[in-house]
Amino acid sequence: MTTAAPAKPKRTFNLQPGNLLKTFFTRPAKPYVHPYLGGVMLGIVLFLAFLITRNGLGASGGLNRIIAAGEDLVAPGHIDQTPYLLKMAGGAKNPLDDWSVPVVIGAALGGAIAGLLNHRTKLEINKGPRISNRTRLIMAFIGGAIFAYGARMARGCTSGQALSGGATLSAGSWALMMCIFAGAYALAYFLRKFWN
Amino acid sequence: MNPIFPLEAFTQPLSQNWWTYLVFGLIGFGFGYVLEISGFGNSKILAAQFYFKNLTVLKVMFTAIVTAMVLIFLSSAIGILDFNLVYVPETYLWPGIVGGLIMGVGFIVGGFCPGTSLVSAVTLKIDGIVFVLGALVGIWAFGETVDPIWQWWNTSGYYGRVTLMDAFNLPTGVVVLLVVLMALFMFWGGEQLERLIGKRDIKKEPKLRYAGAGLLLIGALAVILIGQPTTAEKYARLVINRTVEEQTIQLTPDEILANREVQIHPGELLTTMGDDSLSLVMIDVRSEADYNLFHLHGAQHIPLAEIKAATPKLKAETTQNTVYVLMSNDEAAATEAWKLLMAESVTNAYILEGGINNWIQIFAAEEPEITPTPAAPSNDRLGYTFPAALGDNYEAAAPSPHEWELEYTPKIKLQLKRSVSGGGCG
Repeated sequence: MTTAAPAKPKRTFNLQPGNLLKTFFTRPAKPYVHPYLGGVMLGIVLFLAFLITRNGLGASGGLNRIIAAGEDLVAPGHIDQTPYLLKMAGGAKNPLDDWSVPVVIGAALGGAIAGLLNHRTKLEINKGPRISNRTRLIMAFIGGAIFAYGARMARGCTSGQALSGGATLSAGSWALMMCIFAGAYALAYFLRKFWN
Repeated sequence: MNPIFPLEAFTQPLSQNWWTYLVFGLIGFGFGYVLEISGFGNSKILAAQFYFKNLTVLKVMFTAIVTAMVLIFLSSAIGILDFNLVYVPETYLWPGIVGGLIMGVGFIVGGFCPGTSLVSAVTLKIDGIVFVLGALVGIWAFGETVDPIWQWWNTSGYYGRVTLMDAFNLPTGVVVLLVVLMALFMFWGGEQLERLIGKRDIKKEPKLRYAGAGLLLIGALAVILIGQPTTAEKYARLVINRTVEEQTIQLTPDEILANREVQIHPGELLTTMGDDSLSLVMIDVRSEADYNLFHLHGAQHIPLAEIKAATPKLKAETTQNTVYVLMSNDEAAATEAWKLLMAESVTNAYILEGGINNWIQIFAAEEPEITPTPAAPSNDRLGYTFPAALGDNYEAAAPSPHEWELEYTPKIKLQLKRSVSGGGCG
């Protein structure tokens, strides 16, 4: 048994109606693919993206545009006064008309299908053994906000910068990638109780 | 033949071809699918990376990077992919470094990055769902708080489209090989860490991974041996589509030059200067001495010898409506610069007909201090003398478009191209 194998769910929710659904969501999860195999497959997807479309992969950019679209609905005037949003959604521009949006939607679909096929779609919370669900969720929320803030500052996240910029040998993306690892390793020791 | 990749449809605005969205959707699907089956929907696996117990993140990420890198530069080497058109994230060094450190903090606190949290959320991991919600708030917050750091965010350590090859001045193949070697070393080190700290039995790992490492090395060596296409090779294989009487014909750039399709009359340049719908970039490729004596108002100085090095920056700044006009004293140096830009996939480049000499002849007739040289100019030399190096402080350097009525055949036709800088995660 490798450490990469999925852990047993912490809790099983009794999903009404009926046992059918319950059985469906509690099927034993299949093991993950070997990391190197997963890496080669991800590399081929990334390569095809560049070859065909000249763009790589991205996650935070697409999410950003979805937010901008939301803001455009709620407060269109606000967009036209914010230079950062203006680029995406100013005037008659549709913020969703960008390659990053179908990529994000596709990624959500792909992840969902993979989860279902491999019996890993389960309502659960993954966390270290020593913290409560509540702490884990608060951490997840704060971590998400911090990560995304940094991702927009750096003009891309692990996908758009580290993966895509890494493969095209962008100098800035390599510097940024090192900084992601540096930031995480620097803090890991202090958060060891949360994950171990 | 031009390289067939990236496909032409993707260099145009996407809304012109609806199916391009479908292609991006499929790519995204593959992306999400592979993330999930690699275990990236599980925050425990992601966080374990930072305690040296399970280096799945490092292995998947770097395998993906080196696999894609070798394939990209092999495709470019054999001439099926135009790397000039590939979106390379531009380097904004300081925002990247600070943003990267912040992301690292978010990673260890939250246990995900945006792409992986998305996959986690759709497989119903509650921590993933909550991370996505937090990320949405973080994205929104950046948009609202960037104003005070706007200047810093847009200019600090900005180098444009710069690759590791440019940064270290090494051939592409060598960089590719070094990155592969570095990745293999990290995989070896990672496996040792998993053995020592994660108590994992490395002997059970598939032997096939050695074959994979070998393939990557062979690929990198092939990139070195084949080499990337030179500017001259790119120019030689360049073809340009032109529609003549509803028929598309293919011309070589030399034929375009011979037909005088890109040499624009000074009058057309003057009109273009006053045209707000176009973003005009004038590039003066003459010597610094000539440029200091006289140049057009707003013309950048990039000597011919530096044009090639400047193309990445030019491309990064190219927008859909950018028009480049190159100028020398006559047309010789400007034509050479035009060939370089064409070979390096810069679109919408033109040459000032007759160069600066012709410009002065038309616009400086009433400026007595600018006098023609006794002998007729030849070999791209300046045909006028000036009392002092006043640069663009002459009326002829910025004639008013309203005062001149010049007859010419308009030649500027904007080829709609999506800006290379418009891609990326940003």
